[in-house]
Amino acid sequence: MAVRILYFAWVREKTGKPEEIVDLPPGVGTVQELVAWLKGRGPEYAEAFARGDVIRAAVDKVHVKPTAGIAGAREIAFFPPVTGG
Amino acid sequence: MGVRVQREDFDVGAEVRRLVGGRTDIGAVVTFSGIVRSDDGTAAGGMVLEHYPGMTEAELERVEAEAARRWPLQASLVVHRVGALAPGDNIVLVVTASAHREAAFAAAEFLMDYLKTRAPFWKKERDAAGRERWVEARDSDDLAAERWTSPLRGAREA
Repeated sequence: MAVRILYFAWVREKTGKPEEIVDLPPGVGTVQELVAWLKGRGPEYAEAFARGDVIRAAVDKVHVKPTAGIAGAREIAFFPPVTGG
Repeated sequence: MGVRVQREDFDVGAEVRRLVGGRTDIGAVVTFSGIVRSDDGTAAGGMVLEHYPGMTEAELERVEAEAARRWPLQASLVVHRVGALAPGDNIVLVVTASAHREAAFAAAEFLMDYLKTRAPFWKKERDAAGRERWVEARDSDDLAAERWTSPLRGAREA
């Protein structure tokens, strides 16, 4: 399954890219499983997700918890806690 | 009702006139303006605001709809700036309008509290020496937003 992954703020700086299209392997069915898989893709990902407990996620532009399913998702975003206002 | 994300500055008076001008069903308008602050020098060199286009607008609309569900609002507006900002610049505007002040005050506070913990914006500050730093989220903002999580909070309590 091909899905668009987006990174923002310091997560973007650490991965070195604002977005990418990835083919999800079988067995990656939740946000936290996706994070674990991404961390294995290279040192920049391991570094970006080293503080995995801090990073927030959104599936198709809606905030989700790490246990949320990603089946059928078109767009998954990872970012630090928000600091607007 | 409306939300906007923009690079340009906004004029508080003009925004209020556009939102409520000519209406006679509104007895109270509350405006909140957030301004780039550098009292401790951490943003002396300004800041850059990044956001998640598409989700930002969707999240602001969800927060605004929730405010309208909780309080009898006649009108509301959220404007948030992105891009490069300097100390003293406007950064965010919330306007709420209702028949009476209680709903307008409470809804404005609710909108700001929820915006700060849910809308996908990130600030990167630059100090006077040019050192850059991502602003970290504050626990006090989460606590401020949690005040509103009781299902009884809102119109029935006002």
